[in-house]
Amino acid sequence: MNIQRRDTLKAGGGLGMLGLLVAAGLIRPELAEAAWNKGAFDAKSLDAAMAAMGAGKPAESADVQIAAPDIAENGAVVPVGVVSNLPKTEQISIMIEKNPNMLAATFDIPEGTIADVQTRVKMGQTSDIYAVVKADGKFYMSKKEVKVTLGGCGG
Amino acid sequence: MSMNRREFLQVLAVAAAGGMTLHSDIASAEKAADKLYDVPKFGNVSLLHMTDCHAQLLPIYFREPNVNLGVGDMLGKAPHVVGETFLKTFGIKPGGAEAHAFTYLNFVEAARHYGKVGGFAHLSTLVKKMKASRPGALLLDGGDTWQGSGTALWTNAQDMVDACKLLGVDVMTLHWESTYGAERVKEIEEKDFAGKIDIVAQNVRTTDFEDPVFKPYVIKNINGVPVAIVGQAFPYTPIANPRWMTPNWSFGIQEQGMQEAVNAARAEGAQVVVVLSHNGMDVDLKLASRVTGIDAIFGGHTHDGMPAPTVVSNPGGRTLVTNAGSNGKFLGVMDFDVRGGKVVDFRYKLLPVFANMLAADKEMAAFIDKVRAPFIEKLSEKLAVTEGMLYRRGNFNGSWDQLLVDALIAEKGAEIAFSPGFRWGTSLLPGDTITMEHLLDQTAITYPWTTVTEMSGEMIKTVLEDVADNLFNPDPYYQQGGDMVRVGGLQYSCDPNAGMGKRIDNMMLAGKRIEPGKTYKVAGWAPVSEAAKDAGPAVWDVVANYLRGQKVISQRPLNLPTLKGMGGNPGVAV
Repeated sequence: MNIQRRDTLKAGGGLGMLGLLVAAGLIRPELAEAAWNKGAFDAKSLDAAMAAMGAGKPAESADVQIAAPDIAENGAVVPVGVVSNLPKTEQISIMIEKNPNMLAATFDIPEGTIADVQTRVKMGQTSDIYAVVKADGKFYMSKKEVKVTLGGCGG
Repeated sequence: MSMNRREFLQVLAVAAAGGMTLHSDIASAEKAADKLYDVPKFGNVSLLHMTDCHAQLLPIYFREPNVNLGVGDMLGKAPHVVGETFLKTFGIKPGGAEAHAFTYLNFVEAARHYGKVGGFAHLSTLVKKMKASRPGALLLDGGDTWQGSGTALWTNAQDMVDACKLLGVDVMTLHWESTYGAERVKEIEEKDFAGKIDIVAQNVRTTDFEDPVFKPYVIKNINGVPVAIVGQAFPYTPIANPRWMTPNWSFGIQEQGMQEAVNAARAEGAQVVVVLSHNGMDVDLKLASRVTGIDAIFGGHTHDGMPAPTVVSNPGGRTLVTNAGSNGKFLGVMDFDVRGGKVVDFRYKLLPVFANMLAADKEMAAFIDKVRAPFIEKLSEKLAVTEGMLYRRGNFNGSWDQLLVDALIAEKGAEIAFSPGFRWGTSLLPGDTITMEHLLDQTAITYPWTTVTEMSGEMIKTVLEDVADNLFNPDPYYQQGGDMVRVGGLQYSCDPNAGMGKRIDNMMLAGKRIEPGKTYKVAGWAPVSEAAKDAGPAVWDVVANYLRGQKVISQRPLNLPTLKGMGGNPGVAV
């Protein structure tokens, strides 16, 4: 079952995905740093993070879809995916409302790229997850609740 | 009216003296059986469904709940009806064999009259009868098959694996099976089940690359009709049970994956698509309203014995949702009339398995004897006699759980005890001897360790709130399908309609309010964290010790929360 893929990635060692991409020359490190929005990643409230991103109060859009579990299997690694069907999507951000620093990730989507991203986030408690999408200069969002429970007692 | 066994035998003796011979009793049982099990064949595609037998190879008693609350949109709807309302909802005549099978009403009296239910030898006879009248019929097993008895635990599920092969199971999905560990499940799939039983689960994928762990579905040809069976394992296995037992498997509801599996099966030519599900009924009902192209969902997990399917409309048409109870008590029989490449009509019946009305299948009975033989001495140990009825099922407590928490408090010197809200576990009648086997029916799991924890009042509230939300969240996708954690020592009130964190109130211990900052000694069992592995002796050893000391178990009142806002809810009867 996909042993080869697993082994190939294992062979990549401790570099991690970003490291691999950098090593492969797919992205230049200085580019990644230039795009780092420190104010947004340091923000302690949803409004402050939105403001730092220049998002204001984005409208909810059904074209922004979040794929995340209803109940997290492991709060330390919650898989979250966002798909934007909005034309000219430039950026996708993922925010965890109850996290101390709520902005978990920002993806810049180069022109001609399918706006479909996935990552893992850490969550200490039940929270809404926000996906904020910048498309054609405007901001849109959607949200989904992910429960983090103590576990046990089922069935 | 309630009779103990002696009184019942006296009544029988009087009846016999009055000319009603034992022979006529048997004759009337046979007549009743013929009526109950004479299910005319319909259509051209039949599927038999069993679920949640919890490794009960022998006939048992199983009392259905008198508390099964529905909140939000589920209020008063199947499966959240009990007792008289249940009978009215499904048009079942009070007082008969079916009323006894489906409800708790007059349980003790009726159980003495109709005898035990389930047992693989009797189930096997029924399966053979249904397969004989329905050529090509498949037997589907919804899971929770390998766990729930001493022999299943001690044979590492082998007794149930072999019993299912003998019973003729064709396709199964999973929940408690996973608590034997990922390697053991795959070993059984690849060796024991190879070419015989398919394990299907579209919602189990690897945690790293989301590769499928099992076949999402299989397509079987039944009388020339391609029928797809899509699997849905219990979505919250790594949360409700120890994640460390299946560390590389991810579950979840995976609605989109379900739609893709259904579409793929249709594209492959399936004319009938059914889901073999361990979601629990509320989750199945929501899923059926949102995913299109499913003809029926055969459900389990919540142990709801539903005499008729719920018909759910969705943008693609309609989907039937069934639930087939637990502990080997029922067999679901679905007949589809498939014409012009689609299901045009159906008949469904959930048959109670009355051991006295179905002869034991000889081959299965011999297998069961053989597999139990090495353990008989241990299983038969007499621990105590119970004066009251012992049962588990119910949203908040059962008399078996009351006994477990009483034992934990006594044996551990704790102030408070918690016992998980499991829905499996058999029932005993007043006067029955509690054997080690009965105790294992309530406790046989692969992580049985007892724990003693110093817990703050605030933490105790957090635990109760957390479990209450898993049971009463108005969105079924956020429910886990167990019952409320059973609590000993501590009294509380519960408002199921309130929001997360606001349902539990008035927590009292020995007449004093629980203080958030104070610590309390809390005993429990079945810890899910890996760190709690081997925390303390197995729960059956602790409780057995208590029972041996007590000898006679008096009927004890249940510690139940004060319910708020549930007046008139047809999911509760007292």
